[in-house]
Amino acid sequence: MADRAGAEALHVELVAADRTVWSGDAAMVIARTTEGDVGVLRDHAPTLSLLAPAVVEIQVDGTEDVVVAAVDGGFLSVANNRVSVLSEHIDLGDDIHVDKAKAELEEARGLLGSNDEAERRIRRAEARIRAAEKVSGGSLTSSH
Amino acid sequence: MAVSLREYRARIRSTESMKKITRAMELIAASRIIKAQQRAQQAAPYARELTRAVSAVATFSNVDHPLTREEENPKRAAVLVITSDRGLAGAYSSSVIKEAERLAERLRDEGKEIDWFLAGRKAEAYFKFRSRDFVESWTGFSDQPGYDVAAEIGKALIDAFLKEQGEEGDVDEVHVVYTRFRSMLVQEPTAIRLLPLEVVEGEEPPGDAELLPLYEFEPSPSEVLDGLLPQYVVSRIFYSLLQAAASELAARQKAMKAATDNADELIKKLTRIANQARQAGITQEISEIVGGVNALADAQAAAND
Repeated sequence: MADRAGAEALHVELVAADRTVWSGDAAMVIARTTEGDVGVLRDHAPTLSLLAPAVVEIQVDGTEDVVVAAVDGGFLSVANNRVSVLSEHIDLGDDIHVDKAKAELEEARGLLGSNDEAERRIRRAEARIRAAEKVSGGSLTSSH
Repeated sequence: MAVSLREYRARIRSTESMKKITRAMELIAASRIIKAQQRAQQAAPYARELTRAVSAVATFSNVDHPLTREEENPKRAAVLVITSDRGLAGAYSSSVIKEAERLAERLRDEGKEIDWFLAGRKAEAYFKFRSRDFVESWTGFSDQPGYDVAAEIGKALIDAFLKEQGEEGDVDEVHVVYTRFRSMLVQEPTAIRLLPLEVVEGEEPPGDAELLPLYEFEPSPSEVLDGLLPQYVVSRIFYSLLQAAASELAARQKAMKAATDNADELIKKLTRIANQARQAGITQEISEIVGGVNALADAQAAAND
C-alpha cells in the first residue's frame, strides 16, 4: 500500500468486484479510457479516469510477459506509482474461451435494438474476443 | 412404566437419526462459513479502492450528484431487507425482520411511506403470509451471493431513487437492513441509510501517507462521479449481502450445534429411562418367578401335610 509508493516499479492491481484478478509490478499499463488509449509508465501523474469496455495490457516488470485482460468498463486510478484497474467484471485473456465469447457476441447482436443491454454486451464480448486473440495470437504470449 | 421399553428404544433411535442430520448441517455450515468469509475478504479490495476513488473525487470537486442530493421533503423510503432463503438458522431471519419493522415504525413516525424490497425467501414468505405489498424480491442466493445479484438489486434501487418526486415508484431515501457479521458468536441486525449517499471518510483518520494526491480526472470530475457512484452503491449492497451470508451460516451453525447438544441430552435421558424400564421389567419377572415358586412350594407343603 502506502509503503510501496516510493518503490521503483509500478505496482498494478487488477481488481474485479469479487476478487483481485492480478496484482504485481509492471513496466507499463495500456488501457482504453473513454477519451482514448492511455499508456501508464512510472511516475505518472495521479489520474482517475473512466475505462471503456476494452482490453487492458500490462507489461510485467523485468520480463517480456504481457498480461492481457478484458474489462467491462470501470476505472483506472493512478497515484504514487500505484495503478488500480477497477471493473465489475475482469477476465484474463487466458481464461477466455474465444468460441464462447463469439457465441455471446452473436447472441447480443441478435438482441440489438430490442434493449439497451445489447450494445453493452456486444462491446463486452468484443473486448473479450480481442483479449483472447491477443493472448493466443501474439508473439508476446503471456504465462503467469 | 406407562410406555414400554420398545417405544423408548424407537424414540432413542429417531432422536439419534435427527442428531445425525443436525450434526451434518452444523458441519456444512461450518465449512461454508469459511468460504463466505473468504469471499468477503476477496471483495474487500474492490470496495476499498472504490471508496478511495469516491473520496478522492469528493475531496477535489464540489459534489453535487443526483445520488447525493437530499430531497427537501422526503415522502417515501425504500427499505431493502436481507434475510435467508432457508430456515433452521435460529432467530436469524426473524431478528432481521424485527429490525426492519423497527426502522419502518421510525420512518412512519417521520411521515414517510415505505416501499419494501426483499432479498431471501424468508422475507418474501413473511410478507406474503401477511398479504403485505412489496415492490420487488430476489431469492435463491442467500448463502452465496454473487456480484450480479447485487448489481440487479442496486439497479432497481437506484432507478427508484432517481425518479422525480411524484412519479410512480419514486423513493426519496433508500435503507438497507442486513445482519452484520461481528464474529462467529455475534451477529447483529443493522439498518443503514444507503441513499442519498453521504460521502464520509474511513472510520479511522487517514495517516500522512494516505493523504490523497491531486488527481486529474478524465473526462471530467462530474462524469467520473457519474460512473463511480452507482458502482459504489452496488458494492455497498454486495458487501451487505456477503455479510448477511456469513451471518446466516454462523447463525445456522450455532442453531444446529444447540440442536445436536439437545439431541445428545435427550438420548441420555431416554436411555436412562429405558434402562429403568428394562430393569423394572426384569425385577418384575424375578419377583413373579419367586412368587410362583413360593406359591408352588406352599401348595406342595399343604398337600404333604
